[in-house]
Amino acid sequence: MAKSPSPVRKAWRSLAWLGAIIAVLVGLNLIGAITAGTNWTPKLALDLEGGTQIILEPIVEGGEDVSQEQIDQAVSIIRQRIDAAGVSESEINTQGGRNVVVSIPGQPDEETLQRIEASAKLEFRPVLLAGVPSTDSIGEEGDAATPTPTPAAEPTPAPSPTNASDLAQITPELQSAYDSFDCSTIDPSAAAPADEPLITCDPDGTVKYLLGPVEVSGEDVANATSGVVTNSNGTSSGVWAVNLDFNDRGAEAFGEVTTRLTGLTSPQDQFGIVLDKRVISAPVAQAVITDGNAQITGSFTQETAKSLADQLKYGALPISFQVQSSDVISATLGSEQLRSGLIAGIIGLLLVVAYSLVQYRALGLVTVASLLVAALLTYLIVTLLSWREGYRLSLAGIAGLIVAIGITADSFIVYFERIRDELRDGRGLNGAVEAGWKRAWRTVLASDAVNFAAAIILFVAAVGNVRGFALTLGLTTIVDIIVVALFTHPLLQLLGRLRFFNDGHKLSGLDPRALGAVYRGRAQFRAPVEVRGRAAASRGEAARRQTIAERKAAGTLTLEGPENPPVDGPEQTESGRAGAVPADTQRTSKGRRS
Amino acid sequence: MASFSQFGNDLYTGAKSIDFIGRRKIWFLVSAIALLLALAVPFLRGGYTFGIEFTGGSEFRISGVETTDQSLATDAVTSVVPEIAPRVSAVGTDAIRVQTDQLADEESSEVRQALADAYSVPLEEVTESFIGPSWGADITGQALRGLLIFLVAVGVFMAFYFRTWKMAVAAMVALLHDLILTAGVYGIVGFEVTPAAVIGFLTILGYSLYDTVVVFDKIRENTLGGEASAGRSFAQAVNLAVNQTLVRSINTSIVAILPVAAILFIGAFLLGAGTLRDIALALFIGILVGTYSTIFVAAPLYSLMREREPEIQKQSKRALELQTKGAV
Repeated sequence: MAKSPSPVRKAWRSLAWLGAIIAVLVGLNLIGAITAGTNWTPKLALDLEGGTQIILEPIVEGGEDVSQEQIDQAVSIIRQRIDAAGVSESEINTQGGRNVVVSIPGQPDEETLQRIEASAKLEFRPVLLAGVPSTDSIGEEGDAATPTPTPAAEPTPAPSPTNASDLAQITPELQSAYDSFDCSTIDPSAAAPADEPLITCDPDGTVKYLLGPVEVSGEDVANATSGVVTNSNGTSSGVWAVNLDFNDRGAEAFGEVTTRLTGLTSPQDQFGIVLDKRVISAPVAQAVITDGNAQITGSFTQETAKSLADQLKYGALPISFQVQSSDVISATLGSEQLRSGLIAGIIGLLLVVAYSLVQYRALGLVTVASLLVAALLTYLIVTLLSWREGYRLSLAGIAGLIVAIGITADSFIVYFERIRDELRDGRGLNGAVEAGWKRAWRTVLASDAVNFAAAIILFVAAVGNVRGFALTLGLTTIVDIIVVALFTHPLLQLLGRLRFFNDGHKLSGLDPRALGAVYRGRAQFRAPVEVRGRAAASRGEAARRQTIAERKAAGTLTLEGPENPPVDGPEQTESGRAGAVPADTQRTSKGRRS
Repeated sequence: MASFSQFGNDLYTGAKSIDFIGRRKIWFLVSAIALLLALAVPFLRGGYTFGIEFTGGSEFRISGVETTDQSLATDAVTSVVPEIAPRVSAVGTDAIRVQTDQLADEESSEVRQALADAYSVPLEEVTESFIGPSWGADITGQALRGLLIFLVAVGVFMAFYFRTWKMAVAAMVALLHDLILTAGVYGIVGFEVTPAAVIGFLTILGYSLYDTVVVFDKIRENTLGGEASAGRSFAQAVNLAVNQTLVRSINTSIVAILPVAAILFIGAFLLGAGTLRDIALALFIGILVGTYSTIFVAAPLYSLMREREPEIQKQSKRALELQTKGAV
């Protein structure tokens, strides 16, 4: 029996931890309420709150038709972009086989809208000329070298361009168009021909570029991530970088580009990464990269690195889109659905309370109190997540939370049943609480670990609604562990000191007599006849301590019960009493046989 | 309910014992028949009907409406096609969007007329277009991939935690059993498969495994070390564990199913189709089947797999001999 030095003090300490966790959650929500103006309620999903419906029309180069495959790819990429903004439970589908309809819960923020609308072609073009539109100082991002303000001197012009960097492409018309180019005239919706030079600017309009034809297309970007650069001995340099992975075709094309560019002078050693017809980055090619893994470094912060990586990763959309309409839509489920759902949920909860009270008497109250604490924690965390992660509660999510009642309550039930088992074995209440806890805790941890694994894997692997579900599942699992360890267990430790429970009052739910701890009493003190047919259980350690004679005696005893499968001998909770019990039982058997 | 705690008490001591392990042939037969029915009947009924989220459907847009009362649209659609549950929402301040399953041509022109009448707008203000699925093949693919990774990971976890892969296999078989039965009953009832129902299935996946782990943990405890040699054969030790956790199993499933049943019967059947009904039905069946399979499938199957092991066979034989000797 695990008699910790002072269970009461431990109990209070656990409760204090719980209080601290709740205080921190309340505090974080308070910060949200003050700084971000969030409410104290979780945000609701499309089906409950409504939101914004954006209809996007695809624009293809040369006005050709969009294939179903392209539309499907577009839907998948737009979904990734929206999911990248958080767990939003948005809905994306096609309409009329051509348009893409995006429904986002609530009012989408500027950033999310841009993410969706800025669906353009991502392409890599060599820089031919770079300059400042005005005399203002330049704020270029990425690793781009300071662009030369004047057009580079013409190197021996060839009669026809030999490669994409060939300055012979710059015809006098192009040169004058470049010289007079105004950054505000860029029309992102008109696609630029891939095999011709392009005049454009960076997103801020501080640098203008004359770019060669497309050399690597955004479709060939396999992945893009952001991270801190580590130097050769593995320590972090604190410099943020964007890592680019190309597919095979992209790697080959990128290898050719870098091979050529590294030999050239500035600004022709730069290549422009063009998204939405604007140069989002113009890094200098510092080395020949043939394995398809490039790294862009420069004056990145964590945010700008991540933002560029996202643009590179999700920008590989082969078609661009134009917003056709953007409307506010109402909830798809009537408010009466939500109301009846909540009423049904409350009725269900009352039934759970009633059942717990009938089954576990006063312990049922512990269950109810624990469920209330679990509900409070869940509410606080959901509110926090809807502020930080864009989590939104759908009707399905609410149903998931209601089911979680069962899983959470199960932890208490497992625990209570373990305590009862210990009482049946004849322990005192305080001992039973400690011993029962040790066994129940293991079970609770193991089973919750399975649920938590499910949640994490589904969250990482899945998209859309499934991710929201995974979050709900993981959340309730953690809440379950917190509540059972920091509330239910300490509460029982403390209640165990009360006379009501400790004396095993009939209504306490822990009445040893009702639980059959009486067996020990009978075997020891009562008339032997009473024992008949009752094979008292024992746990492993007790059974192992039995002598062969005792086991035989036990066997004799158990077989007297007509329907009983043979189980082992009478219980012995304390080895000191071991002798008395078999003696009793043997007498019993003899008495009955004669 | 003193009798119930007496019942639990007797189960714990072994005074009362239900022979879950010994009669496994019966349970396996029951499950096999149920599985066959679950696989066959939905297809005899004509296969599963998938919701608009999976198949796409028709969208009607009514412009220039005076009122955005959504129930008018619901009534108009159901007056033409009664079995359908349209998704209605207001778009902006003067338009209504109605999404339904794919309708036949004449049905859809009737619906258009009914919608125009309901909102007293000219027929040309009601436009119709086909909408694609919002739960496309890519989401399904991702979800399935996640599921596979999950099953492998959990299988490995259980094999390590319980120190035997046989428990992991038994739990996985029970899980498969639950998913097939839940999907089968869902198909037999004939509800539309919606994303909510799929999420219900995923929840069942978690619940089924959870329930199995709880009972297996007790089995592990009972069959640890010398227990089997201390008078019980392996099968008897497993059976005792199942019996000892029976009260827990009953209590847990009742507590889990009460809120779900409340949603299913009070909330949904009074209100007709909707997200709630779909998810509640999937959960309702799943919790029942999940509890059943732990006791009647997973535990007997595990016992069956382990009993064959020579070491355990020897121990069990010794235990049984001891019991018979004692009896004579």
